[in-house]
Amino acid sequence: MWQAYEMPQSVEEALQILGQYDGRAQLIAGGTDLVIELQEGKHSVDCLVDVTRIPDLNRIEEGDGYIYMGANVTFRQIKDSALLREKARVLPEAAATVGALQIQTVATLAGNLVSALPAADGSVALLALDGEAEIVDKAGSAWRPVAELFLGPGRSAVDPARQMLTAIRFPVPEGRHGSAWERIGRRRALVLPILNCAVSLRLDEAGQNLVWARIGLGPVAPVPFRARETETYLAGQPATEEVFHQAGEMAAKEAHPRTSLLRASKEYRVEVLKVLVREALARAAHEAAGRE
Amino acid sequence: MEPKTYPLTMTVNGQPVTLEVEADELLVDALRDRLGLTGTKIGCNEGECGACTVIMDGEAILSCLVPALRAQGREVLTIEGLAEGETLHPLQQSFVEHGAVQCGYCIPGFVLSAKALLDRNPHPNRDEIKEAIAGNLCRCTGYVKIIEAIEAVADSGG
Repeated sequence: MWQAYEMPQSVEEALQILGQYDGRAQLIAGGTDLVIELQEGKHSVDCLVDVTRIPDLNRIEEGDGYIYMGANVTFRQIKDSALLREKARVLPEAAATVGALQIQTVATLAGNLVSALPAADGSVALLALDGEAEIVDKAGSAWRPVAELFLGPGRSAVDPARQMLTAIRFPVPEGRHGSAWERIGRRRALVLPILNCAVSLRLDEAGQNLVWARIGLGPVAPVPFRARETETYLAGQPATEEVFHQAGEMAAKEAHPRTSLLRASKEYRVEVLKVLVREALARAAHEAAGRE
Repeated sequence: MEPKTYPLTMTVNGQPVTLEVEADELLVDALRDRLGLTGTKIGCNEGECGACTVIMDGEAILSCLVPALRAQGREVLTIEGLAEGETLHPLQQSFVEHGAVQCGYCIPGFVLSAKALLDRNPHPNRDEIKEAIAGNLCRCTGYVKIIEAIEAVADSGG
């Protein structure tokens, strides 16, 4: 499967090893997707560069108006983070639905982004939070919106043979903000989602109208999907059941999920999508209304 | 090209061990084939069944998805490390007493997932038990007796 296995102690060293292999080495974080892909022979590499021993990449912290998560932060850490549960619960709620505990303990949010799967729970949740990722390569480092990282199913703008995603951040939500995660699968653990939905929103000071809302959906397109038309409709609307119902109808039209042998029929998924959007909006608005 | 080999030093069931492993060897294969610890099972070999669950540094993980070299310097606990001589671990005893075992193939994984839970939370409620074993599949007995077996140990204080 691979002939060499390196465990660098710094980002610089990791990039240096990638450089030596000139495209024939690849980074591995949790590896819960990658090990299976390599076993199935979908692609091959000469060397895996394991980044999990690089210190200081496993922190979740708040600073300069953002919440930062290092590249080695696992879904388990996200699920258990008091900071995230308070400020952006959509992310810990999504983390809790990834695989099962043994996978959450090992798999990373950064790996979830680079795997670039259209159903990826962590990626869909980050879309609703307006997440950004720091990409480092020989030329330097830059923050890029998470939404720009997905090129197609399993195709990321981050090249794990030459670049490293070192951190993820999103703006600390302010005011009366709320968020929520909804997901449906055939059972609660160890299944891919039939559909998932992430919402974050802000209410005005009176707690009556939506200032803005963001909706992430998967898997309804080749990449994690942002329901921007529905978001445009929601801005300025009152936070009522009727509005959330209408948003569900709009999101189902905008996203048009397809029939999938692995998941469910189009007809079923359209109806479920409406409900997930409606319920996520209602839960997020309820959380927002409860804030000072 | 043949895979390179590397020395791997880890603690397995309380004993320090050093092995030569191949670059692409998975932890489950090192445990089973090099150390003869065949209590760790291979079910699906793709992270969907939990039969290969072991405890690494206190947490349940899937040894079929983890490169062996990632265990460098770590403490690994397999099902063989639970009993004290002829005396079963309380969880093992409870599984026997509650009839939680049929074919037995999935049981090492269940017991280790349960142990990781009880080590960090000695008195879990039923939902916490279900969450801890959600990554382990059993095709024989169903889950009720397994949950009852874990609950009995939790009630008695681990």
